[in-house]
Amino acid sequence: MIPVVVILVYLAVIAFIGSMAWRRGKENTEDFFLANRSIGPIFFFLSIFATNMTAFAILGSSGQSYRQGIGIYGLMASSSSFVIPLTLFFIGTRLWAIGKKFGHQTQVSFFRDRWECNHIGTVIFALSAAMLVPYMIISIMGGGTVLAGISASPETHEPLIPYEWGCAIVAVVVTLNVFLGGMRGTVWVNILQTILFLCFGAVALAVISQKLPKSFADYMSGLAADEKTRFLVTREKMPPQAFWSYTLIPLSSIMFPHMAIMCFSARRVSAFKQTVVLYPIAILAIWLPCVFLGVLGFAALGRIPDPDGVLLRMLQTYAPVWLAGILGAGIISAVMGSDAHQVLALSTMFTKDVFAHYGGHEKFGERRSVHFARGFIVVVTVIAYLVALALKEKQGIFEIAVRYAFSGFAAMSPVMVAALFWRRSTKWGALAATLFVAAFLVWTALMQTGHKAGDVLWQLGGGKDAVKIFFLNPRGDVAFWNGFMTVVPMVLGSAICVALFSWLTPPPSQPTIAKYFDA
Amino acid sequence: MKKLLLFLLVVLVYAAHQDVWNWRKAGPMLFGFLPVGLAYHAAYSIAAALMMAILVKCAWPKGLDKHETASPEPPQSHS
Repeated sequence: MIPVVVILVYLAVIAFIGSMAWRRGKENTEDFFLANRSIGPIFFFLSIFATNMTAFAILGSSGQSYRQGIGIYGLMASSSSFVIPLTLFFIGTRLWAIGKKFGHQTQVSFFRDRWECNHIGTVIFALSAAMLVPYMIISIMGGGTVLAGISASPETHEPLIPYEWGCAIVAVVVTLNVFLGGMRGTVWVNILQTILFLCFGAVALAVISQKLPKSFADYMSGLAADEKTRFLVTREKMPPQAFWSYTLIPLSSIMFPHMAIMCFSARRVSAFKQTVVLYPIAILAIWLPCVFLGVLGFAALGRIPDPDGVLLRMLQTYAPVWLAGILGAGIISAVMGSDAHQVLALSTMFTKDVFAHYGGHEKFGERRSVHFARGFIVVVTVIAYLVALALKEKQGIFEIAVRYAFSGFAAMSPVMVAALFWRRSTKWGALAATLFVAAFLVWTALMQTGHKAGDVLWQLGGGKDAVKIFFLNPRGDVAFWNGFMTVVPMVLGSAICVALFSWLTPPPSQPTIAKYFDA
Repeated sequence: MKKLLLFLLVVLVYAAHQDVWNWRKAGPMLFGFLPVGLAYHAAYSIAAALMMAILVKCAWPKGLDKHETASPEPPQSHS
């Protein structure tokens, strides 16, 4: 009961902050979507970090390390700590400058202007929205699952807050926050949320260590000494090809619409300076304790039915109930911080790239555009909530879709690089890359559902000399030659499409090139 | 020369991510409990932060700050 009360108080605070932001807001889209491009450096860092960190950073990381061991940190966290700050440094700063100079509020608005195109921008919008929606739905599902897990009775395991209510609470609080406060409300809430979940890991580790029957060293050396569990403290079961492939996945970060839109919101470009330096340290602060606790969970708890719940189970077993509530609020923060940005990003994209672009803004004006955006936020959250309820048992499908989305957004990064750094790039190159990415994602989904692990999808040659180009790996995921992940051919193919089709087609007009590039 | 050195720094840090020499090793354990593969990548995150600090100091994109006071021009429609 106590953890539930703590979390409900926390959620009330979040809703209150949203209402405070409402009072500060102005009725125009620049203010609603980007907080008037006025976010200061510390708020910018905390908010952009919250935008990118989902519940996966806490629950998924510990669950995956429970299954696969310490290699998860190198696979997902340290690769992100290298790639994401670099993309913010090279791409985020340029996006900020272009937004500030030309008033762009979305990536698509920039692409349309940069490549003098209209419907091609709409195609890029459609792919981005299609890849973002499953992510938003799974955030609500994650919220329901977390609240049910935290509120479960230690004896009966029956949740005090059932899944349906948990989803509804998260959806309502996020909607209130975004509906009332827009970007300003979302950023203000992120401050509290990021601080909470940055502290989460270290506090959880310290508290759990006090109650454990044995020391950390005893558990870890026990795992290392046993041949059956040794893989958890090494990477001997992790294919090096997958480990290398994963370094391409964080390229997706800057292509997620909510991350790109955040880049437009900074007051000064210097806000990026602190962000890119602090970002790897923040990743370390969250991921290191969570990955360690996941492995420790295997040693301390043994086999459990739901590995993604290992951290919750460790908290329930080894932390005092009031602290479990605060730590639970930290987990919910990670869920809601990114969910709020996803909802706001979808609303921004629909309002600016569809509604305004196709005449809505001229017809209805600035004030009504904000009303449209708010209406859209309510509608999209209600739909996401209903889907989260209706397809509760098919959560795995959305998890797969999100995995695809990461590869898809990573594969769209060559389009952004071409737009920012290559004068000769054209709209046809961008279209070719977008269609390639979309087709590859559909093909992957079809192959994965129609085949079983081990099936070869395409090979060169036959017999012993056959070279498997695409096949399903033992997990049932489509894999590329020699075991690389599909993100590798996707990024390469997308880059080739942009380059090839840009060379084959006429460049944008000279005035447009002069507008975006110094002589 | 400065650009080349910075480029090499980024390549070096990227290459250091692929620590094949730690693949099958559990020890030595840092502080007695942190497996070497995990300790290495924790240190890698700190190295990535240092790399970014050097890039910010030595390779910050020039000319972007002039937009800080700019009032945005509305984007043109291509419909």
